[in-house]
Amino acid sequence: MDLNTKFTPETWPANPERATMEAKNKFVGFWLFLGGETILFATLFATYMALKNKGPSGFGFSTQELYTLPLVFVMTMLLLTSSLTSVYAMYHLKSYNFKKMQLWLGITALLGLAFLMLEVYEFSHYVQEGFVFTNSAFSSSFYTLVGTHGFHVAIGLVWITLLIFRNSKRGLNLYNATKYYTFSLYWHFIDVVWVFIFTVVYLMGVVG
Amino acid sequence: MSEVQMIKRSPAEFALSQRRAKEGMRSQVAMFSLMIFFTLISFSMVFAHLNDVAGFSKFFIIPTIFLFALVQVGLQLYYFMHMSEKGHGIPQMFMFTGAVLGFLIPLTFVTIVWW
Repeated sequence: MDLNTKFTPETWPANPERATMEAKNKFVGFWLFLGGETILFATLFATYMALKNKGPSGFGFSTQELYTLPLVFVMTMLLLTSSLTSVYAMYHLKSYNFKKMQLWLGITALLGLAFLMLEVYEFSHYVQEGFVFTNSAFSSSFYTLVGTHGFHVAIGLVWITLLIFRNSKRGLNLYNATKYYTFSLYWHFIDVVWVFIFTVVYLMGVVG
Repeated sequence: MSEVQMIKRSPAEFALSQRRAKEGMRSQVAMFSLMIFFTLISFSMVFAHLNDVAGFSKFFIIPTIFLFALVQVGLQLYYFMHMSEKGHGIPQMFMFTGAVLGFLIPLTFVTIVWW
């Protein structure tokens, strides 16, 4: 059978993301990558937690005064919702409905873009207040942790945009089902990291 | 690809698989509302603390919101990322390894680094 074979909803396999040997390998390999990402973010969280509110004597920033919760709340809702929309996309992937899957992935990308723009706004606001990367150990660890997460969101946006346009005429087949599926895993993982960021960095930071 | 065979489901099988998929999607939406619920509770507890509402001391809310984050991440991994489904033994091993180190590394840094 050729990779580009057309299926119908009746013949589409139950787990298209793991239907071929190549797909199975990608599936396991991607989970290994996510396990590694967990440790990457663990080290960044560790650095942030050890260094927050620390810096040269006289530097005037603390987590209580810096963070603004309403903005973080909106960002959280955007990213959580984008996680649900990508679940809808995977539901349509499994039922072989290519157009609806593309639509839900497009919505996911838009929500992710809105999130990223709010993060850029947040960072530029801090920079205007003088809280720049080289300001203190606190600022360096904060920007590295939250910035690495934002960088992951940006990578995910490029990834999904390329997938949507590259496959727009091809339709759904066993060649690209895994590609879409691993993207959705990646996107959920970004949300997992954000749950810890909004809890440990922002909420706990404001409480003190 | 040679190992993939195109098997056409009978109308009854197809109807069943569609119904199962819909039920699965419904439980996903239920999990999503739970996540939103936990998020709202976390934010409102912190809001209550900032406005000096009695009973919301930081020694109560910090462990609580951290617990809520753990539950939310569990829902995300097991439902949204399908780790509860069959054939996820190796992904579970990778993620558990990540989780153990993800607990130990921050614990070490917080206890060993001083300024």
